[in-house]
Amino acid sequence: MTRDETLALVADILGGIAPEADLSTVPGDADLREALDLDSMDILNFVAALHERTGHPIPEADYPKLLTLDGLATYFQAEAH
Amino acid sequence: MPSLGADMEAGTLVEWKVAPGERVHRGDIVAVVETQKGAIEIEIFEDGVLRDLVVAPGSRVPVGALLARLDVAAGGPPPALSAAAPAAPPRAAAPAPVPPPPPPIAMPPASRHRVTPAARRRAAALGLPLEGLRGTGVEGAICLADLPQAPPRRSSGFDPVGMRKAIAAAMGRSKREIPHYYLSQTVDLTPGLERLARLNAGRAPPERLLPAAMMLHAAARAVAETPELNGFWENDAFRAAEGVHVGWAVALRGGGLVAPAIRDADRLSLDALMVAMRDLVARARGGGLRGSELTDATITVTSLGDRGAESVLPIIHPPQVTILGFGRIVERPWVVAGAVVPRRVATLTLAGDHRASDGHRGGLLLARIEALLQKPEEP
Repeated sequence: MTRDETLALVADILGGIAPEADLSTVPGDADLREALDLDSMDILNFVAALHERTGHPIPEADYPKLLTLDGLATYFQAEAH
Repeated sequence: MPSLGADMEAGTLVEWKVAPGERVHRGDIVAVVETQKGAIEIEIFEDGVLRDLVVAPGSRVPVGALLARLDVAAGGPPPALSAAAPAAPPRAAAPAPVPPPPPPIAMPPASRHRVTPAARRRAAALGLPLEGLRGTGVEGAICLADLPQAPPRRSSGFDPVGMRKAIAAAMGRSKREIPHYYLSQTVDLTPGLERLARLNAGRAPPERLLPAAMMLHAAARAVAETPELNGFWENDAFRAAEGVHVGWAVALRGGGLVAPAIRDADRLSLDALMVAMRDLVARARGGGLRGSELTDATITVTSLGDRGAESVLPIIHPPQVTILGFGRIVERPWVVAGAVVPRRVATLTLAGDHRASDGHRGGLLLARIEALLQKPEEP
C-alpha cells in the first residue's frame, strides 16, 4: 500500500476507536498511544482491524513497528512486495 | 426505575425494547435508560407478560418510579395484543391468580394483530401500543410504513459532569465510611508473559490474549478461595457474596470510569475471560452496558495498563469490601536462584475494609494470586 492508502486505512480504523482524534495533527513519529490516549485493549482492536482489512498476519513481535504513523506506512509499504 | 448505583437519583427512559402484551423472561432486556454512566440496558427480573408501559421514552423519572406493569401471574400463551386495551390494567405488585377477562372493545376481537417484526420493534422502541393502528401491509398487517419515524438513536457517550458526580458520591462515601488497610506485593510475571507470547504466536490478532486477562484470571480464582474478602458490608456486618463477579475498572475516553461486573469470572477459562473483557470494554465505551453489570460486582479489580503508574492504592467501591490493583509491567533486576536476572514484574496491591477483614487475610489473597501467576496453567 502507498503511504496515503495506509494513512486513510489507519484513520478509518482509529475513527472507531478514538472518535475525537484528528490524525492530521499527529506528527508522523509520535507514539499513537500517547497522542491518542490508546490503551492495550485499543491497540489490540486496532491491530485486529488492520489484520482483517489487509490480511496481514501481524505477529505480536511487530507491534512496536505499528505505533507511529511513519512506522505503519513503512510496514505496509514493505508488505506490498 | 432501578437503582444502578448508590448515588443514582433518577434516570431517563430512552427506549422500550418490548411492546405491551409481550411475554418476557427473567434476564430479557426490556428498556434502555440513560444514566450518569451512559446508556444502560435494563433487564427484567421476573417472567411474565408486560401489561402496559407507564413511562414514555424521553421521560426522566426518579429511582423507584413505576416504569411498566408486569403481570407475573399470567400463564399460558401471551394474550392477544388487542386485549391489552385501555381498561383497568392488572397491577404488578398484586399478582392476580387469573388475569381479568379482556374488556369489550370496539375492534375486531378475535383476530390478533398481524405485525411485521420490524414494525413490532419500532413500536416497542416508541412505546406505542399496536392496537388502534391501521395496517396497510399484506392482509392488513401493520408494517413499518404505518408507524412514525423511530426516535434518534441513543447517544453512546455519557455526561462527564454526571460521571464525576457519580464517582464523587461513591468515593466520598468510601473514604468517609470505610477504614481501608493497604497491602502491596511485587509479582514476577515473566512465566505468565512467556506463556502468553507462546499462545499468541499461533493466533490471529483478534484471538490474542492480553496480560490483563491473565492477571484477572489469577485474581478471580484466588478470590474464590478467600470468600471472606468477596462480598458486601451491609448493616454493620459482612455478607459473603454468592459468586465471584469481578468488577473490571474500565477507563472511559474523555475521563471517568466504570467497573461493570464479569459474572462468575473464577469459572471462566482464560480465553472466555478475554472475550468477556473485550466485550465489556467495547460496551462500556460505546454504550450498551446492562443494569445488572453495574450492580452485581462483588469485588473490583483495576489494572493501570502499559502506560500507567507502577502501583495504585485503590479505593474500595462500597458496599464491596476489597479492591485489587495491578500496576504497569516493568522490567527490573530480580533474584532468581541466587542470581540477579532481568524479570518483568508488576506491583499487585489490595485495599481491604478493616471492618470486614484483617491484613493477614488480605495477604493470603495476594500470595495466592502470586502463586497462580507463577505457575500459569498450560492449555
